[in-house]
Amino acid sequence: MVNGKLNGRVGRGILTVSSFVIFFLIWQVASQIFGIRPVILPTPVAILRELASSPGWYLLQGWYTLLTTLAGFGLAVVIGVLLSILIVEVKILDSTLYAFILALNTVPKVAVAPLFVIWLGTGSQPKIAISFLIAFFAIVIDAVLGLRSVPPEMLDLAATLRGGRWDVLRRIRFPCALPSLFAGMKVAMSLALVGSVVGEFVASEHGLGYVILAAQGTFDTPRVFAAIFVLAAGGMVLFWILSLLERRVMPWHASLQVRH
Amino acid sequence: MVIMAQARATPEGAATTDRASAPVHVEAVGVCKHYGGRESVQALGAISLTIAKGQFISILGPSGCGKTTFLRCIAGLEKPSGGTLAVGGQTVDRPPSDMGMVFQRDVLLDWRTIYDNIFLPIEFRHESRKPYEKRAQELLKLFGLAGFDRHFPPQLSGGMRQRAAICRALIADPSLLLMDEPFGALDAMTRDQLNVELQRIWQATHKTVVFITHSIPEAVFLSDRIEVFSPRPGRIALSLDIDLPRPRRMAMRHEPEFNHYCSKIRELFEDMGLFQEE
Ligand SMILES: Nc1ncnc2c1ncn2[C@@H]1O[C@H](COP(=O)(O)OP(=O)(O)O)[C@@H](O)[C@H]1O
Ligand SMILES: [Mg+2]
Repeated sequence: MVNGKLNGRVGRGILTVSSFVIFFLIWQVASQIFGIRPVILPTPVAILRELASSPGWYLLQGWYTLLTTLAGFGLAVVIGVLLSILIVEVKILDSTLYAFILALNTVPKVAVAPLFVIWLGTGSQPKIAISFLIAFFAIVIDAVLGLRSVPPEMLDLAATLRGGRWDVLRRIRFPCALPSLFAGMKVAMSLALVGSVVGEFVASEHGLGYVILAAQGTFDTPRVFAAIFVLAAGGMVLFWILSLLERRVMPWHASLQVRH
Repeated sequence: MVIMAQARATPEGAATTDRASAPVHVEAVGVCKHYGGRESVQALGAISLTIAKGQFISILGPSGCGKTTFLRCIAGLEKPSGGTLAVGGQTVDRPPSDMGMVFQRDVLLDWRTIYDNIFLPIEFRHESRKPYEKRAQELLKLFGLAGFDRHFPPQLSGGMRQRAAICRALIADPSLLLMDEPFGALDAMTRDQLNVELQRIWQATHKTVVFITHSIPEAVFLSDRIEVFSPRPGRIALSLDIDLPRPRRMAMRHEPEFNHYCSKIRELFEDMGLFQEE
């Protein structure tokens, strides 16, 4: 019935947007009916009003956080992909470096955040470092998984073509790893955002994390929520950009999806 | 064992003289293969055979008898546990350079168009595409893929994908073509079609072909000689020259001569106990 019509891309978009609208409607109506105080939970309308009162300022704070996130994410992708190539290509690194990285991954990275302030000061470096650290593991783990997901027959084919390591990596392993790498990058992007906010919590004079912390100090709950809204919107846009990029880079993947 | 000895002792007809005098392309002497360490499986008995340049040889045998293993040894993908194996006079210790291989599954790269898939061997040789472009077009046309060169593999049927895999194996014009049950997954109609196409291209180019199949008529239709393997560990149970005029036509499969070869192999399989009739 409804499903039949709302299966396409546009249909799914409509469903997603309407679920958001319904969520905010319930929130708005419920807080009015139950008379929830704004200091506990402001209504969506109040949050939007707060955003509209100084949009430029929120955008600027968001810009800081965005730059930190992108720097941390970018570093994580570059270093993570390079390391995973080494791990896959150099046998000894699997049981040493990779095993070490997997073990380190169990350490809660946020707990290390204050250390970075001691090591790197209060500038943008410690925030980028935290953002990088949190995102890095998702990239390495998924990239290694992807680089190893090559069907053995494909490696046989490459062997009969007398392919050198670099050829096999570039023309076979890497494209095989892309779907997995993109999955890792999507996770890493959200984690990088978490990392920069945590960095701004620990020591900062700007960015959305700082806004939240400062507003919390004065019980300015609408401002806290306004910053969270900007964060959420930014996170969604970043995720959407990655999905778009994924479709551009892997058109064959899209063609697979159309058939099945 | 007795069957094999008998079969070896009565070679069917003499090889056509011109090919018998052609230079040796593949020579196996006592090639055997064990897999695994302690509980090792002997996949391949001692295989000795000689393939002349330009010959079309089929390897026929029950599944699990070591056909793929033997072909992988020729391809340099597997190291024999014993015996010697030479391609073009050189001991195989890595994949020979002048060889193309078609696998049971097409192994096309989904992220490349059919055209780009076909050029993979050229890219791996770090050669320019230019000199091969005409050949690629010819191959695409010969195998009925013209107009599909911009498609991605998932958009094609199984038969078309396997055709593309054959084009890929042929693009660099190798003198040795190894094919491991290339048509095993295809429907009978497509299979017949591809058999005819393969024969045509072989007649035009006279490559040495080692072709694995478990279809008796397919082997008889295509081959100069059929090597029938015994159940695991595979040994050569029968080496059968097929003296049928070429080009062979599909209709020949109903002629008595053709069926004579088929029933000869079928009887051998029956003697091996491979067909259990209730
Ligand atoms: N990599 C391997 N490791 C262990 N055993 C193998 C391996 N490859 C094949 N075998 C075994 O060797 C035997 C021959 O296999 P194969 O050459 O694939 O037979 P065929 O192609 O004739 O069906 C089978 O019993 C199979 O289980
Ligand atoms: Mg096999």
